[in-house]
Amino acid sequence: MTLDAVPVRSFTDGEWHRLHPATPLLRGGIALIAIIGFIIVQMRDELINRFFGSEGEPDPLAWLRESGLFWLVAGVVLVGLLLFVVGFYLSWRMHSFRITDEVVEVRSGVLFRTNRKGRLDRIQGINVSKPFIARLFGAAKLEVNVAGQDANVQLAYLATNAADALRAEILRLASGTKEAASAPAAAGSGDVVRDRVNELLAPELDPAALRAESVVTMNIGRVIGSLLLGDGTLTLLLVIAGITVFATVTGSPFYLFGVIPGAIGIVSWYARKLTRYLRYTIAGTPDGVRIGYGLLSTTNETLPPGRIHSVQISQPLLWRIPGWWQIKVNLAVKSSSSEGANPESTTMLPVGNRDDVLAVLALVLPSLAAEPLVGHGLLGEAGDGFTNSPRRAAVLRWFSWRRNGIALADDAVLLRKGAIWRELVIVPLPRLQSIALQVGWLRRRLRVATLHLHTVAGPITPVIGAVDETVARDFFTRISAAAVEHGSRDTSQRWRANG
Amino acid sequence: MTDTTTIDDTAWQRVSPKYVIVDVLGYVISGIMTTAVSFVPLIVLQWEFGWLPPIVVGAASLVTIALTPRRVRSIGYQLRDDDLLFKRGIMWQRLVAVPYGRMQLVDINRGPIARLCGLSELKFVTAAAASGVVIPGLPEQVAEELRDTLVSLAESRRAGL
Repeated sequence: MTLDAVPVRSFTDGEWHRLHPATPLLRGGIALIAIIGFIIVQMRDELINRFFGSEGEPDPLAWLRESGLFWLVAGVVLVGLLLFVVGFYLSWRMHSFRITDEVVEVRSGVLFRTNRKGRLDRIQGINVSKPFIARLFGAAKLEVNVAGQDANVQLAYLATNAADALRAEILRLASGTKEAASAPAAAGSGDVVRDRVNELLAPELDPAALRAESVVTMNIGRVIGSLLLGDGTLTLLLVIAGITVFATVTGSPFYLFGVIPGAIGIVSWYARKLTRYLRYTIAGTPDGVRIGYGLLSTTNETLPPGRIHSVQISQPLLWRIPGWWQIKVNLAVKSSSSEGANPESTTMLPVGNRDDVLAVLALVLPSLAAEPLVGHGLLGEAGDGFTNSPRRAAVLRWFSWRRNGIALADDAVLLRKGAIWRELVIVPLPRLQSIALQVGWLRRRLRVATLHLHTVAGPITPVIGAVDETVARDFFTRISAAAVEHGSRDTSQRWRANG
Repeated sequence: MTDTTTIDDTAWQRVSPKYVIVDVLGYVISGIMTTAVSFVPLIVLQWEFGWLPPIVVGAASLVTIALTPRRVRSIGYQLRDDDLLFKRGIMWQRLVAVPYGRMQLVDINRGPIARLCGLSELKFVTAAAASGVVIPGLPEQVAEELRDTLVSLAESRRAGL
């Protein structure tokens, strides 16, 4: 059940290749196991009846036997299973991919053929994910995310080391570097069991492929603490308090039971976050930021430079006590699949202190690493490089008018918002799509305007309201000019073309 | 074409005045429909203050229709050196700047009423859904020329995503 022997290097030679032979089992395995399980459950009743002679209700199997149709039905089931197996085999045979200097291309389908091509210079990220069962077999899923709605090219499944090597190769081709390919991936030791165990225990970051260690270390206390102090917990407590009050006022405690389904949901949500975030790692590689997640099912995403369209550093209310922050990003990838670009992949840093935030930011937007504006953006107020809302805007921003501000750094726009829920949004100018200035009639009375920075869709909407109108106009002209300049100068789609 | 660092308020291109007809007709139709719906509380529910919704909705529609010529006059665009500037609105003003290099595609749409007046609507699409640059009321000829200009400008200033 291993493909370690397949020569990995040949994947990028422009020829057509097939996936890991265990693919049908891993993809359709669940369905097959379910069918077999169903049959076994039916058989079990039959066996119990036979050996213990209990007079239970007549089950379908016994009825079939008596009616003489047993062999017919068994034959149909067997043929069905056989067709299943043949179908899976055929779909594996017909599923092939190739990688050239320009594109990654996948052909699949038995009856309905699909052919999907992704341009390498439009790659937004490469994701190697290993669902738990696949991981036991030493297989991994490689997903090449290309800009657009559901435009990912998926290679499921490959041998783990082949997937890792292929990722490195695709990134090398996409980067436009003329540097020769690196050494081929280390071969397995030949002992299948030991290889599997090593892989399972190995850290998510391959130490050989990295120049740096993970810049952030997660500990279990912080992950649990961050979940307990998150806004979700706050909402839950408010809901419980509300229901308790309601139950006391109406005098019927049964309303309290209404909390239970919600509580179960939230606990399972916590458990999922916990297993995902516990093994969180982030590190810089020559081909971009690499983020790893997951305890049992792991995912490992590489985002080449210049693929991050907007960054948000925010602080839920209760995280003010320990001084924690989280970082989210907007990416040009939209995937409807459950794995890959789910909400977690837009979370760059699930929880971290100020140093962690700056370390991650240095990887994500290296040009801002030494920018004092970032520090001011996190905690600062009034008169520190940000242009803040005028005093008269206090009507619109009761608590945050002193903090609510905008600043233009070398190649990014920084929006600072919120005094209670602190937030800093950074939009790199080379990624800015367009900019809008909006003034409503009521706002015009106050001589304030709203600036919208348009980026690709994601969890962040970079908007700053209640900006003085002349300041907003000034920023509008400056940002639009700077966006043109940076947009034309940017070469990140071939990020190592000079290397 | 003007410099990108300033907004020249004399350089705005206006849309065709005929677009007022298209817009007014559209608002008349939607005004009649919403006013008709607002009669429901009066006729069906026999509500005491049922005359209130039709009056409010009708008045709002009339004001919208009356302001249409000004609103259409407020629509403007200008092609600067490196970006397209678009503005519209009197009560809710919106001013957008889109670098040509950000263009993903240009759409030209013609609604039924607009087609009778020989007008088209040009949509400039970027990777951001929020950009929302839609220039209505362009004579067909102008729309097609503008599209070709924009495409060639985008080609010469191509930027990544």
